[in-house]
Amino acid sequence: MGNRRKPRLAVWKFASCDGCQLSLLDCEDELLAVAGEVEIANFPEASRAIIGRSYDISLVEGSITTPHDAERIHKVRRASGILITIGACATSGGIQALRNFKDVKEFTSIVYASPQYIETLNKSTPITDHISVDFQLNGCPINKYQLVEVLSAYLNGRKPNIPSYSTCIECKLKGNVCVMVAHGTPCLGPVTHAGCGSICPAYNRGCYGCFGPKETPNTAALSWQWKKLGINDENLVRAFRGFNANADAFRKESEAHEK
Amino acid sequence: MKSRTIKVDYLARVEGEGGLFVKIKNRTVVDVIFNIFEPPRFFEAFLRGRNFTEAPDITARICGICPVAYQMSSVHAMEYALGVKVDGQLRALRRLLYCGEWIESHILHIYLLHAPDFLGYEDAIRMAKDYPDAVKNALRLKKIGNELMILLGGREIHPINVKVGGFYKVPAKKELENHLDDLKWARDAAIDTVKLVSTFNFPDFEQDYEFVALRHPDEYPLCEGRLVSNKGVDIPIPDYEKHFEERHVEHSTSLHSVIRARGAYHVGPLARYNLNFDRLPQSAQQAARDVKLATPCNNPFKSIIVRAVETVFACEEAIRIINEYEMPEHPAIEIQPRAGVGYGCSEAPRGTLYHRYRIDDKGKITDAKIVPPTSQNQKIIESDLWEFVQKNMALSNEKLTWLCEQAVRNYDPCISCSCHFLKLHIERE
Repeated sequence: MGNRRKPRLAVWKFASCDGCQLSLLDCEDELLAVAGEVEIANFPEASRAIIGRSYDISLVEGSITTPHDAERIHKVRRASGILITIGACATSGGIQALRNFKDVKEFTSIVYASPQYIETLNKSTPITDHISVDFQLNGCPINKYQLVEVLSAYLNGRKPNIPSYSTCIECKLKGNVCVMVAHGTPCLGPVTHAGCGSICPAYNRGCYGCFGPKETPNTAALSWQWKKLGINDENLVRAFRGFNANADAFRKESEAHEK
Repeated sequence: MKSRTIKVDYLARVEGEGGLFVKIKNRTVVDVIFNIFEPPRFFEAFLRGRNFTEAPDITARICGICPVAYQMSSVHAMEYALGVKVDGQLRALRRLLYCGEWIESHILHIYLLHAPDFLGYEDAIRMAKDYPDAVKNALRLKKIGNELMILLGGREIHPINVKVGGFYKVPAKKELENHLDDLKWARDAAIDTVKLVSTFNFPDFEQDYEFVALRHPDEYPLCEGRLVSNKGVDIPIPDYEKHFEERHVEHSTSLHSVIRARGAYHVGPLARYNLNFDRLPQSAQQAARDVKLATPCNNPFKSIIVRAVETVFACEEAIRIINEYEMPEHPAIEIQPRAGVGYGCSEAPRGTLYHRYRIDDKGKITDAKIVPPTSQNQKIIESDLWEFVQKNMALSNEKLTWLCEQAVRNYDPCISCSCHFLKLHIERE
């Protein structure tokens, strides 16, 4: 044990807000323990040091939006043993995937005076569209305790215990009053992946789907319920077109309400 | 002819992707580029067509380190457009949430991102082996800030409880009072932090900056006030675009801001401190005096001390707000959409953040403009590098490169934000 090299950890960033990798630094109680189990070998947000060229575990944050990044992700895959995507950008394309439904040239000219300086792809795509991925962690942002669970699972050679059921289940376990049934507040909880700890309903608001679709979501049935609450097609499109707009189930449901 | 280049391809210990390039010819700096290659994400474009109520949730995603800043600037801008004012305890709770973010963000920058430069470590984790107590206290301080955000915002990154008009749910007094002991410990730890970081070695480097920050009649600024500078700016927030403009430069996916009349300016802790020292609570003023921190302070490397002083303020302000808190009857005020244009500025931990929205009579956003602190500081960062390298030409490339990185980190740049920011490359010819 004494001579065994500690597993090397790398953290990579693509198009994102940095929030998911910040989650690691936000593990105030666990950070030094995690740092004791792995060698932080390439994590620019936290360190200047770059150790070695290959990494046992890579965490990938962000989506692919530029030609350069579309190539860089393959280099990251080749340099990595286990590769885990963290957050909505990496797993579904993120909020910046709203461009996928519009003309990116028009978007560039709205934001930049000299669009010719900007090199960008038409679509923001998840990491799995480009390379094979060992595990995907949902959330905008991810839940830091789930991150610690996934890391410790891979360090110990076991499967991560990350349930793929809906936010509703978490809500029931937490003992929240259902905001949709009790207050008529539209909620994406029934189709949204668990993991946040059902925060929104606990704060008297409907879930807005930041953890993306759960396993086998019935989005059409939920839309029907929302319509009964008086939500029109335009607002249904907006609801499914949020931080996981490009996730398959949410994309299809939003398109079904677009005329 | 002897040439030299100093180059950092991927600047570490900052938020986002950027690099630096400095070219030296015959012992003279001839070019400095602070290069932002963070991929563009087009927030201002896809905000068009969204509902005004969505702005705080969407714009929070511009930055994982200062989401509350985005939420605060956006709700103030929307409330301006809608002709409503959030006051009393709801306003106080917004300040309290912002204090949580200031504590979390400042401590992250002081101990985890910036102190390792002064103490000669690659990162805080390696620093922790020699300074275990400092790093442990830092993590506890950071957690106290995050816990305020969790209580008031639901979570520390991208809080879910902020809305135009107030909050979805407000805490009971007892829930806030549970944080008082921690906050008192945090205030004392912040005062110790001021003492600790003031013992670092600071390069002798002072510049004649134009500092810009909010100034409020009786508070240290967070969300409201007039925009003022030490060189004559004194304007209401809606006049921002008459005096400041963004320019798009080739090497950057970020836009550079300038004061139309004079050029580069400096936002952030140093600016706030120099323009608002008299608005700091006594304990924060005393902490600054005890370590002989000048006012004005014109050495950007000393921004680390100012961040610590501001952390003392944030803890004091949080304690004051909790002591005076009475739970409001409604978590938010009712809002009816109407057409209009709204302007909002707030002081993100790294500087002034400006939002402007136009909304139609249904409450749909038709136009959005967001000017983050780092794009406002980008020109000043380049001019600091220019002057700093010129002054320290005799240093080896390795030493000079590290110091240039440190000079950029003085600004706690938030590159994801400014991308609409860093590589360091010093070229000597």
